[in-house]
Amino acid sequence: MDGLEPAIFENTAFTTPKPLSESTVAILTSAALHHPEQPGFDPRDTSFRKLDAARRDYRLGHWSQDVDQVGFGVDYNVVFPIDRLDELAANGTIGAVSDLHLAYAGNQFEVEGIRLDSGPEGAKVLLDAGVDVVLLTPV
Amino acid sequence: MSTLAHVLEANGLATVALGSVRGQLESTAPPRGLFCDFPLGRPLGKPDDADFQHRVLAHAFAMLERTEPGIEAFSEVISDESEVLSCPMPPRAESDEHPAVVEARALRPAYERTIARYGERLGAFRLMGPDEVPAAIATFAAVAGGAPWRDAGIPGIPARVVQDIRGYYEAAAVSLADHTPSAFEATRWFQHETEAGQAILGAKREMEAQGAKPGLWQYLTTGAAAD
Repeated sequence: MDGLEPAIFENTAFTTPKPLSESTVAILTSAALHHPEQPGFDPRDTSFRKLDAARRDYRLGHWSQDVDQVGFGVDYNVVFPIDRLDELAANGTIGAVSDLHLAYAGNQFEVEGIRLDSGPEGAKVLLDAGVDVVLLTPV
Repeated sequence: MSTLAHVLEANGLATVALGSVRGQLESTAPPRGLFCDFPLGRPLGKPDDADFQHRVLAHAFAMLERTEPGIEAFSEVISDESEVLSCPMPPRAESDEHPAVVEARALRPAYERTIARYGERLGAFRLMGPDEVPAAIATFAAVAGGAPWRDAGIPGIPARVVQDIRGYYEAAAVSLADHTPSAFEATRWFQHETEAGQAILGAKREMEAQGAKPGLWQYLTTGAAAD
């Protein structure tokens, strides 16, 4: 992570959600997850992949050598806690689990493409899916 | 990650961002950030521990009650204990091939057991499949032996090729070990205890000696798995 310049935001946007028990929750991960038939992520790929909540065949496409991969290999929930969200929806803690989730590739050297293009595009995808709350997980 | 949190919030979505690097979380200041002092690659902390993962989520979602931006810290810490996995290696066939190549072939049944049990979540799938791993290792062994790295036939950008080799070995290790490896435990085994790891380390040194650009050899190993 050293050497990566963080994006600076002078004003922090802040959205107050409706009650969690009424909210639809999605996961957005920077672990470069993708389904097998989807293209993997090139190291400077700032686009995103849509992940199907009904599937569990997620591949870890992150390129950094400094990330443990075995934890995800034996339990995807340690990066992408989709089973945990299903359990929280079942017991009423959250309103619902989104049918789709998003994955980007982290450790980008340049984030303008995410800030200006693929980030807003991903936000629209989530809003169109009825999402209220997003849990962001790195890798 | 935090950039996306800012963008999502600006579009009307409430967010909580988990982060394993405190400095990064503080410098990027997501609207709601939960610092989890866990090894990189395990943002929910512990695989196969639903209770632990739920504790992380409970804290994260409680942050939705905040009325202003801020960063909080999860109360439990997972330290990297620098363990090296103890892996019983399968018997190897008699062969004139490089020991690392023979080793990789011998690990294939263990690799397949992991894929059959968990799916292809880790393994060799980025640039090559498992069939190509032994030949890829042979190219690094050749470089380690002094062959010019440009002519050795490394099947792609070296660090990316190593990702697949490492994934192949770590997948095999999951089936060979008697427990779920802690973070980087299998990586240390691969990097320090296997013939393939030694071949890659030798290739890294030789590429540096041959004047290759640092970006081409310095990422062949990871500091996260250093002794």
